[in-house]
Amino acid sequence: MMDFIQYLGRNTLSSFTKLGRATFFLLHTTAGIFDILPRPRLLLNQLYSVGVLSFLIISISGLFVGMVLGLQGFYILSDFGAEETLGVMVAASLVRELGPVVSALLFAGRAGSALTAEIGLMKATEQLSGMEMMAVDPIKRIISPRFLAGFISMPLLAALFSAVGIIGGQIVGSGLLGVDEGAYWSQMQAKLDFQDDIVNGVIKSLVFGFVTSWIALFEGYDAIPTSEGVSRATTRTVVNSAFSILGLDFILTALMFGDD
Amino acid sequence: MSDSARPHNSLVAVRGLSFSRGDNKIFTDVSMDFERGKITAIMGPSGTGKTTLLKLIGGQLRPAHGSVTVDGSNVHRLRRSELFVLRKRMGMLFQSGALLTDMNVYDNVAFPLREHTHLPESMIRTLVLMKLQAVGLRGARNLMPNELSGGMARRVALARAIALDPMMIMYDEPFTGQDPISKGVLVHLIKSLNETLGLTSIIVSHDVHETSAIADYIYVVSDGKVIGEGTPSEIQSSPSEWVQQFMDGSADGPVHFHYPAKDLQDDLMSSGKRY
Repeated sequence: MMDFIQYLGRNTLSSFTKLGRATFFLLHTTAGIFDILPRPRLLLNQLYSVGVLSFLIISISGLFVGMVLGLQGFYILSDFGAEETLGVMVAASLVRELGPVVSALLFAGRAGSALTAEIGLMKATEQLSGMEMMAVDPIKRIISPRFLAGFISMPLLAALFSAVGIIGGQIVGSGLLGVDEGAYWSQMQAKLDFQDDIVNGVIKSLVFGFVTSWIALFEGYDAIPTSEGVSRATTRTVVNSAFSILGLDFILTALMFGDD
Repeated sequence: MSDSARPHNSLVAVRGLSFSRGDNKIFTDVSMDFERGKITAIMGPSGTGKTTLLKLIGGQLRPAHGSVTVDGSNVHRLRRSELFVLRKRMGMLFQSGALLTDMNVYDNVAFPLREHTHLPESMIRTLVLMKLQAVGLRGARNLMPNELSGGMARRVALARAIALDPMMIMYDEPFTGQDPISKGVLVHLIKSLNETLGLTSIIVSHDVHETSAIADYIYVVSDGKVIGEGTPSEIQSSPSEWVQQFMDGSADGPVHFHYPAKDLQDDLMSSGKRY
């Protein structure tokens, strides 16, 4: 029993100290953003490796998710003779929920894990220490550009995911199952609200981008500098990001759509 | 050796330094001086915290007690920005080289110049090529770090460490894992750079032969304490059994060959239960 209480106490304490370290890390990182603004090349390089290199996985996944939505939506809606509203259903699901959430989960798996492994290995090979000894702040030089790149990339990737998904739904819905193409698009235009659907979706993906990049970079920076430590940190990035994304999605959805 | 015999014109002075990791005491009340323009070596077996000492001098770690003074500034009293100004004048050569793996040799050496100066690219090119020439690797400027041998990586790191013309360089185990030719090259480089650039060098090493050949003064460290100090010849003739064992590389002596264990016979006759 005493062991259990000790274990509980130790874990609680270490969780809080980790949260404290993560908060300092975040403050330091955001302060560093002002220093990289005069050096856009640092940001552009990271936008390429974090954002552009995630294009393919996001587009292909978006296409398939849209196609599945088209199929499932059609079977349900056609029972009620409402297959013309397929476009609304596909677009609303994607823009409100699946676009931000699934692309954030994919982003955590593709870019987040890569960031953690990269930073963790830089720590293990003393590159971060070396930089500090050269009087270069590794947080400003290495972490801040990656953080900003993740934050900017996420809503763009989520928009790409939704756009490709809507095309996927249209390919299946009107191409294969015979929903009227004009109805697919016009119903979507008429029913989707800019503020309620699109802006809220963008806010969600900004939040997910912020949290995922924070987790990925902090886990890498805080990793024990051994092969095992980096591998554990990478796993924690994916797991913690997934939990955070799904939990925050529920909270954000409740806040955004709760009054309707 | 008494304090009076120690060098007086010291660039780096360590006083009463104590440092622990958790319950593990790494240093207890250590004092050392590193004279300007000289090569001072810190020797001792692996795991005695020699690298930790360099990190304490560079301000990357904070001691529990004691002080480290570099060129008149107490390293651990400085604000972060002041520490960074001081570090621009301190080079450090890490054991692994610590080259940035996403840049080639040229960009690695140019890195501190680009970060800390506003020199035009043509001037940076001249400086980088001069530094690479000094370590004999001007021809390797386009190679990536993963294409370099261990010895070459350390020489590139050395070129990078002298890029800003520092007043001192700290070498962390520069000879470990090197073939005899690379060792010879590094010994020659450390000595000649120290003379031509008027540097103060601190070498942390357990390579007795190479280090004794170039060091002006040696501290032998074990169990968190300085157990011997003096010029290489004084160390060679030290009466301390421990220092003799270390310098001669004997398998047994004050440092035992066996890790502490219970009696062999008892151990062999015991149940063999797995732990």
